[in-house]
Formats: sequence, C-alpha cells, structure tokens
Amino acid sequence: MLRLSNIHAGYGYSEVLKGINLELNAGEIVTLLGANGSGKTTTLLTIAGVVRPQAGTITWNNAPLKATSPDEVLAHGICLSPEGRHIFPRLTVLENLLIGGYRLPASRNSAKLDRIYTYFPLLAERTKQLGGTLSGGEQQMLAIGRALMSEPKLLLLDEPSLGLAPQIVARIFEIIKAINREGIPILLVEQNAREALRIANRGYVLVTGQIVLSDTAENLLASDEVRRAYLGES
Amino acid sequence: MSLPPPDIILGGLVRGSIYGLVALGYTMVYGILGMINFAHGEIFMIGMFTCVFALGLLSTLLGTTTLINLLLATLVAMIFSAAFGYANERIAYRRLRKAHILAPLTSAIGLSIILQNFVFLTVSKDNISFPRVYSDQLNKVAFTLGGVHFNYLQFTILGTSLVLMAALFFFIHRTRLGIAMRGTAQDQLMASLVGIPVNKIIALTFVLGSSLAAVAGVMVSMYQSVAGWNSGYIWGLKAFTAAVLGGIGNIPGAVLGGLIIGLTEDITCYYFGSNWRNSVVFLILMIVLIIRPRGLLGERVADKV
Repeated sequence: MLRLSNIHAGYGYSEVLKGINLELNAGEIVTLLGANGSGKTTTLLTIAGVVRPQAGTITWNNAPLKATSPDEVLAHGICLSPEGRHIFPRLTVLENLLIGGYRLPASRNSAKLDRIYTYFPLLAERTKQLGGTLSGGEQQMLAIGRALMSEPKLLLLDEPSLGLAPQIVARIFEIIKAINREGIPILLVEQNAREALRIANRGYVLVTGQIVLSDTAENLLASDEVRRAYLGES
Repeated sequence: MSLPPPDIILGGLVRGSIYGLVALGYTMVYGILGMINFAHGEIFMIGMFTCVFALGLLSTLLGTTTLINLLLATLVAMIFSAAFGYANERIAYRRLRKAHILAPLTSAIGLSIILQNFVFLTVSKDNISFPRVYSDQLNKVAFTLGGVHFNYLQFTILGTSLVLMAALFFFIHRTRLGIAMRGTAQDQLMASLVGIPVNKIIALTFVLGSSLAAVAGVMVSMYQSVAGWNSGYIWGLKAFTAAVLGGIGNIPGAVLGGLIIGLTEDITCYYFGSNWRNSVVFLILMIVLIIRPRGLLGERVADKV
C-alpha cells in the first residue's frame, strides 16, 4: 500500500535519513523503533510532505506519490498526527475537530463527530472548551479525533503516548487498535516500544537514519537485541 | 473641569472607529505572520485616492446619482486596495517568510516609502479634494442635542465601521474560512497538516485587511474633504498604535484601542488644544505598555506556545 524506496531526507545540509526502505500493507499497524535522533519523526514528516526527500521514491497504492506539500499528501488520504499533538490552543474542541475535516464536505461532519465521540466520550462533554486548556491526555484524544475527521486511508501517529499517565497511555493504545480494526492502517512512532510492539503487526528498527532490523512484532519483542536496546531489559 | 460635551465624545468615537478599522489590518497580519505591515497606511491612502478618482469618473459617466456612485466608488476602492495588499504580500513579504523578522519589517518600510513617493510623483503632489457634492448631502444635521448639532455623516461613518467590525468578527468565528484563518495564525505547520492552503489563507488576510483600510480611507477623505499622498502615514501610525494599545494580534483589542485613541485625541483637543493631542495619545500608549506590555486585551506570549 505504502512503500518507501531508498529515501534520503534531512534539513539543510544535514542528512537524517540515509536510504530508508519500508512498506506497509493494507490493514497493518507498523511501528518504527529507534533512539532519539534516529530519524523516526523525519520519516513520518517526509511521508506527510513536510520534509522533501532529497532522493528516493514514495509509492502509494502502486503509484508514485507526487505531492509537494502537506495538503496535497492529505488529499491522498495520508494523515499525520504530529509529535507534541499540535492542538490549536485558542480554537474550541469542536473547532479543532471541524478543522480536521477542512477539505471535506461539511455534510459528513455530524456522522464523523458521532463516531469520534463514541471513542472519546470526554470530548463530547467539552466541545466549547479551548484546546489549550485540555490536559495532555485529552489533547492526545483530540489530536486523534481531529485526524479521524480527515477520513484517513493511512494514519501516521508520532509519539501519541508521550508525556501521558500510564492509564491514559493504555487507553490511547486501545483506541489505536480499535481504529485499526476498522480498516485504517497505521504507521506508529513510539518511545514506548513495548506497548507499540504489542499492538503492531510488524516493526522496523532505525539507527542513525538507516533500518537495521525489520521483523514481525512478535519476533522483535522476543529478540535479545531489541529487548536490551529499546525495552530497557538486560 | 467639566465633562466634555457630547459632540466631542461623538467626534472621538467617529475618529476612533476609523482607527479601529485600519488597526484590524495591522493586527490580523501580525496575528498570522508575526510581522508589522508598515505599508498598511499606504493601502489606506490608495483607497482614498481610488475613491476620489472613481467618483470623478462615475460622475462623468452616470451623472451624480449620489448614493449609487458612492457605493460603487467604495467598492472600486476596496478592490483596488485589496489588489495592492495582495501584491504587497506576494512581492515583498512571502519570500521573506523564513528570513529573520527584521527582513520583512524593513521590506514593509521600504514598500511604504515607495508607495508614498509613487503617488506623490505620478498622481498628485498636493492634497486632492473629495467631491463635495457627495459628502454635503450627508453633512446635514440629523438632530440637535443641547444646542449641539450631530450630522448624518458621523453616524454613517460610525455605523459603517461597526457593521464591518461585526461582519469581520462573524466571519472569523463562524465560518469555515474564518476558523482556518485562526488555525493558521495559531499553528502554521498543523494548519498545513489538516489540509489548509496556508498561502491562500495568508493572502486572504491581506485582502480582508486592505479592503477594510480602503473603506476607512473613503470615510476619512469624505469626513476631512481632502486626501494626500502622505495621509496614510499619520493615520497608519495612529492605527498601529491602536493595535498595540489593544494588544496586537487581538481583534477586539484593535477596535478597543482605536476607540480609546480617537476619544483621547478629541478630548485632549477640547481641553488643551490640538497641539497636545499626539503627545497625550503616545503618553497613554507608553504608560499602558509599561504597566501591561502585551496591551489591554493581548495574550501573554507564553499562552501562544
């Protein structure tokens, strides 16, 4: 469905991605593991059209993804929910959600909102509250809800559990799994490698901009190398 | 010292509502790009000139059908100013968006000087007068209160300003484009990630602000009967001051700041004479900024992060 072939990308003169090859098939959750600075976020930003690849090709549904800006990528149904959640602080919860479906007909909004409110009943209670006044967990729920408003065919999630309390983390992962069961494939970048591998089908391990390991989530969870480096076990 | 008479208050409100209208342009551009568009006063001045010339042309073509000509001329002025505002952004600011903040600022000052001198050299070195035939009909006494005359022109200006401000407020808070505009002002990266065409929204901001400035220009030239190549400088500076006083980036703040400055000016003139008015206006600005650097309704910078 999505395929990255030999992607090189970076910022200015510094090359962060040094030839990434990865693929994601329909219905999958794929996770990217790696230390800080290994290029996980840059990979997502490159797919989303925020960072331009210097070399390599991105293929989407068997055709090259010829998009030069984030709104063009989104038009293909690829939606990134970035690290740090980026909730619009002075828009209300409802406005934050509505803006997520900006380029789609407003007639479909109420059905989508209903679905999002069943995932996150809390958001339904706070429609008029400003985004900036929500707690971190609530903001993450709003960020995922906003992404769903764009009717994504592929969801890119960057660190959805960062800085959240353990119970909320568990809830967020449950919902990611539930969204995936509805047929939306997900490319997930997570600090919390253990939880990510638990819900993922497959995973890739990045080290300084290159993929050093790729396997099923089960095998990665069992691998000594991964356990030592990313799951904090000795 | 007695209270100022009602005509002074009304005069101050009229002047202040015009400042507010121009200040909206400064504050919207600041809100979305974080830069001061110092050429905004010139957009206002171009609105003045366009209206006066359009009225001349329309009088020859259609005869002096007052209201229709006035509305048409205002529309032409809005379109012309909007085109200038759009071109300014395209030519002088867009390429500098990622540059140091002083670069677009300097570009804006340069543009302001170019536009002033362009009008000075090619259009008119002297003030041009607004055709009286259009303003006189509005300059009739609407009612008299306590021996003071109030005229229709003042109410037209005040009413037009308030209606436009309310319309802008509605647009920004209730429409899809308005929400996109606020979203772009708050987080440009995220705005592009939800599919908002950020460049178009920024262009729209300039177009809207410039149209409002054009209407303000039309009303000032009608009120004062003259327009000059340098009119944009002082009106622009006062409107900018109004935006800062109210809290730059804040829409109701621009209106509030405008009204306060307009009232301050006219009340100062009444008590101390017109020579004091600029001193008092800027003294108040300094005092407010010392006590409250973010302006009256501005958010703390920390809130924006």
